[in-house]
Amino acid sequence: MLKPNFVSTTNACKLCTPLGASLAFRGIEGAIPFLHGSQGCATYMRRYIISHYREPVDIASSALSEKNAIYGGAPNLKKGILNVMKKYEPELIGVATTCLTETIGDDVKRILFEFHNEFGDLDLPEIVHVSTPSYNGTHTDGWHGAVKSLAEQLYDEDSPENSSINILPNMVSCEDIRHLKEIMRNFGVKATILPDISETFDGPSYEDYVKIPTGGTPVESIKNMSGSRGTIEFGRCLQKESAGTFLAGKGVPNHRIGIPMGLRESDIFFDTLEAVTGKDLPEIYEQERGRLIDAYVDGHKYVFGKRAIVYGEEDLVTGLCSFLAEIGVDVVLAGSGSRNRGLGEAVKAVTDGMGRTTPEVREGVDFHDIAEEAESLKPDLLIGHSKGYRYAKAWNIPLIRVGFPIHDRFGGQRIQTIGYKGTLALYDRIVNAVLEKKQSDSKIGYGYM
Amino acid sequence: MSNTILEERKDQIIRTGSGKSAIDMACNRQSLAGAVSQRACVFCGSRVVLYPIADALHLVHGPIGCAVYTWDIRGALSSGPEIHRLSFSTDLQETDVIFGGEKKLEAALDELIDRHHPKAAFVYSTCIVGIIGDDLEAVCRKMTEKKGIPVLPVMSEGFKGSKREGYLAACKAMFQLVGTEDVSDVPEVSVNILGDFNIAGEIWIIREYFERMGVKVVANITGDGRVRDVRRSHGAGLNLVQCSGATLDLAKMMEEKYGTPYIRVSYLGVEDMAESLYAVADHFKDIDPGIVERTSKLVKEELDKLLPELARMRKDLEGKKVAMYVGGSFKAFSLLKAFRYLGMKVVVVGSQTGTKEDYAELEKISDPGTILVDDANPLELSEFIKEKDVDVFVGGVKERPIAYKMGVGFCDHNHERKEALEGFVGMLNFAREIHSSAMSPVWQFVPRRANRNKESLKEAGNA
Repeated sequence: MLKPNFVSTTNACKLCTPLGASLAFRGIEGAIPFLHGSQGCATYMRRYIISHYREPVDIASSALSEKNAIYGGAPNLKKGILNVMKKYEPELIGVATTCLTETIGDDVKRILFEFHNEFGDLDLPEIVHVSTPSYNGTHTDGWHGAVKSLAEQLYDEDSPENSSINILPNMVSCEDIRHLKEIMRNFGVKATILPDISETFDGPSYEDYVKIPTGGTPVESIKNMSGSRGTIEFGRCLQKESAGTFLAGKGVPNHRIGIPMGLRESDIFFDTLEAVTGKDLPEIYEQERGRLIDAYVDGHKYVFGKRAIVYGEEDLVTGLCSFLAEIGVDVVLAGSGSRNRGLGEAVKAVTDGMGRTTPEVREGVDFHDIAEEAESLKPDLLIGHSKGYRYAKAWNIPLIRVGFPIHDRFGGQRIQTIGYKGTLALYDRIVNAVLEKKQSDSKIGYGYM
Repeated sequence: MSNTILEERKDQIIRTGSGKSAIDMACNRQSLAGAVSQRACVFCGSRVVLYPIADALHLVHGPIGCAVYTWDIRGALSSGPEIHRLSFSTDLQETDVIFGGEKKLEAALDELIDRHHPKAAFVYSTCIVGIIGDDLEAVCRKMTEKKGIPVLPVMSEGFKGSKREGYLAACKAMFQLVGTEDVSDVPEVSVNILGDFNIAGEIWIIREYFERMGVKVVANITGDGRVRDVRRSHGAGLNLVQCSGATLDLAKMMEEKYGTPYIRVSYLGVEDMAESLYAVADHFKDIDPGIVERTSKLVKEELDKLLPELARMRKDLEGKKVAMYVGGSFKAFSLLKAFRYLGMKVVVVGSQTGTKEDYAELEKISDPGTILVDDANPLELSEFIKEKDVDVFVGGVKERPIAYKMGVGFCDHNHERKEALEGFVGMLNFAREIHSSAMSPVWQFVPRRANRNKESLKEAGNA
């Protein structure tokens, strides 16, 4: 059947660009995200993010009115920054644009230049800006755009050479970042993880309301990234220009690898880490690796030949496909709401020669598209964020929740996916979901599975 | 006042009994840049009002975010169709912004109406559409003719004011439907339920009360809403308006054009629920003399079930302190009374969209020293919680982590709640929820309380 040349979006499988930027900015120490647009954007995104992380999420807004929309948002942006400075005393303000301010043509770079001239006598925080028109790309573009802006705009060419490394971890969970930090400690290497959301989106209970949560990548460390011995950036679907390539241009070698999900992608990560740091893999990871393979063997029959639909951010989907191919799960559809990010090639690269089939890849999909295809694909498993729930329910198959957002379960920020350890956690969940389904479908109800 | 409050926000906060009257309260103004307001936008206002009309298509004309963040966001239940729970968007791209999105909008309506066969379609305008100047009204007119169903533009550009303007835009869109269906079979003793969104099935509780009173409900506007009901809602004898002004404009328009009278009601709490039912009975008592007796019988039956249980919980809750931050201030009146019923003391009341009159009314019914705040933000709310040493906070999803971080119990009384809190049975659910949060042992471990307990133990030891 010939499809019409325009298909509207039903139940989108993506979020908008400024949301991704807000998430990334929130991973910087002492930072507050600031959306230059109308009040609703900030409030909606706060609400959306809160339902996943269950943490206070303060995102400022320039709260533009109709008058500003006509005459420009500069006065509100300046006033908004001053107000945020007064009440939050941030070290960094991360300004992201929205569709409104992009379209009325606000030149944020220029407005901020003026701001520095007008208020230079004040003790100004770092102000980093990123262009995130919401009609262009998805939240992952917003995330990577913000990371790149941080590297570019805080770049310090006088930063001394040091022995630390840079890690650009992509959109992984708080727990994943904590795991990364532990790996760095065990390797005995100093690392700058940009951004570091491990505490800022999953903090402890405090005595008082903390205006800006503790934790995050220190601004000083970002400045020192230019003196590091290398950068490892996670993502096979990244834009050509990224924080990693920017730093590479300044002489810091960049290693672009997939998000370390599954055995082989994790191997690449640990090998890269050994190469960059010149240190041997700590014993503990030999053990974790061995334990993962042992589990793969123990559980292989339960999952072999199961048919999975995987969806979400392009690099997460790539990582999942790589991992699922290793355990004999056939990915019958791999979908992402983003377009032109090379998902097809990335999935092919990580699954070639491993899985029995090469996953069908769909870019720019919404859940309506996924559902249409699923009719004939007969999946056994759905793997992705919470938004697939209504489909999993309709098809009576398990939904393995992973990624962002998870707002119909508890602890979305603590879901592990990376490294041998994260892979094992995810593997356990998948095997158990299969067993649970088998058990509940069974008339006998076996007590041993 | 503390340094948490920005100079420009000072006249949006008053303390009752301080000499400054709430009638001087600054409100209904654009949120202050950089203040981290808890408020959303015009689009949000109209989206939340119209959202529960379950057999209509709700198409958001804009980039993807506006549609995604409002996807199935309310717990508004439907007893039939559920088109409202899907998220439709024209997903505008850069080229649409340059060349205009009208063609795309037309194609989307064409496709979606054929796919879902809705009884009407609402097309929401977003910030970007207001800027690029797509002629939404023209497209909607054209599609109305082509598709044979009402396709209604909702002029809800996000930057055109606050959430309140969104309510008005929604009412204007709905008003185009009113009066377009036959009403010859609508009885005289009949009402429309306005401003209730059937969160967790609440409207079904209220409809049941009216049935027992002998009152026919013509249209739910908008919880469990149907397009046909809205079209014939002008046939009803009375409009009942709940919620702080979300649908008040519609009631006013209907009064002016069709002469339908309206009264303001609330289904929250014991007193307001009973009073609302009595007000309806009173309105119809000349046509239906038995209605007053049936109503008092109903209220008595419900209270007999409710009061003993409430009394048990009251014993635990007596004297505990409450802060609330709600969308519409009208709800705050009812909640304040409901908390008194539980022996609790309301010490902070705030709202996103209150009017001067609302705040003046709140002032009248509050205890002296209560903080009233308009369009608050996390820093202010947390400051007030601390100052007043609050035990329970009532708000929505955005306020929950603020309360929790400070070691304070919480009740979601917003449109995402999953518990029915209206009606007599709702009061019981409400009391249970407050009780289960306020009385949980977990608060002993949060630093704010744990440290204080340690101190008071130390003091006791020294004494």
